[in-house]
Amino acid sequence: MLKFKVLGSGCTKCKSTAQLIEDNAQALGVDVSVEKVQDPAQIMAYSVMSTPAVVMDENVVFKGGVPSKDQVVSWLQSA
Amino acid sequence: MFEIFTDLASWLVYDLLGLTADTKLGDALHFFVEDVTKIFVLLLGMIYLIALLRASLNVEKVRDFLAGKNKGLGYFLASGFGAITPFCSCSSIPVFLGFTSAGIPVGITMAFLLTSPLINEVAVLLLLSLLGWKFTLLYILVGISVGILGGLFLDTIRAERWLQSFAAKALEKGQAQQVQSLDESVPSMSYKERHQFAKSETLEIFSRVWKWVIIGVGLGAALHGFVPDGWIEQHLGAGQWWSVPAAVLVGIPLYSNATGVIPVMESLIVNGLPIGTALAFCMSTVAASFPEFVLLKQVMQWRLLAILFAMLLLSFTLVGWIFNSVSFLM
Repeated sequence: MLKFKVLGSGCTKCKSTAQLIEDNAQALGVDVSVEKVQDPAQIMAYSVMSTPAVVMDENVVFKGGVPSKDQVVSWLQSA
Repeated sequence: MFEIFTDLASWLVYDLLGLTADTKLGDALHFFVEDVTKIFVLLLGMIYLIALLRASLNVEKVRDFLAGKNKGLGYFLASGFGAITPFCSCSSIPVFLGFTSAGIPVGITMAFLLTSPLINEVAVLLLLSLLGWKFTLLYILVGISVGILGGLFLDTIRAERWLQSFAAKALEKGQAQQVQSLDESVPSMSYKERHQFAKSETLEIFSRVWKWVIIGVGLGAALHGFVPDGWIEQHLGAGQWWSVPAAVLVGIPLYSNATGVIPVMESLIVNGLPIGTALAFCMSTVAASFPEFVLLKQVMQWRLLAILFAMLLLSFTLVGWIFNSVSFLM
């Protein structure tokens, strides 16, 4: 199972990022868990400054916005 | 260059809708159509151009640049970068912590965060097109000064004492470390990537601010058409010293970004509101907002928040008074 974390302060962009990952995972039949991380101390631990950011299996794969659908699909297929 | 928008508004409002310029509705509607079309066209064109230029600038680069810099220069640079670096206001906390854990003093970080909402390309564009270059220059200078002086003040009172403990620890750790470039080297962008960035940036900013323009200009149009000439000057003129702190207080619960406030400010000034009062109102609306302060609570203790808040209110009031007393220079 792929473990995703969406780092961000809970703004709309973070919600749509999490939604995008869940929707595409479902469409591709990939088993994922998506966790929204809002605690600033935890976000700091990933040394991310631009949110929303996406962490896949503890690696920061994207930061500073909502990823495109293609990007999300490529992460899901890399598994 | 901007006459085309006046003509368009005249055609639409006077010819097509058959209203005349001497009715209140016609006057207000003309003002609304002219300003909205002008602002929309300017925004789309200029955000794209500016985004092309600053495509490779981001908060990570600014942090690496500021880390370990001479303090005096630091405030100045941080405030300048705050004006031009793009980042979503929902990122303020991660940015604060990122700067802090790189050992950058709280005052320098806050100089960056204070200037950022006050000055951005959208605000500057609107000011240029609505109020002229003199006012724009003045606005930029004041915005940057508020950032620099605010930052200096916070370091003078040793504001880092009142950070939340995890943030204070991160700062200590960052300052103890040898300064090193934390940045993964970012490859320079090709023209195509810049275009892509600029395009998405333009659409993103525009989709965020267009409604503010409508609301702001709508309020401005209402003031323009329906508030009697001279009323504002008479009741809120420079002679009334209390009008500045009142404008600042009114601005706090009104949370808006610069895009929405500037059209309102234009019509207030055109209707006779003194420049200092207008500036104070605008800055208070944009920079002192409750949602932002609630977010900052995550990294600062109440005491520091209260100091910051009081500092902002006081400095906006001072800005207002100073500009009201020297407004004959404009």
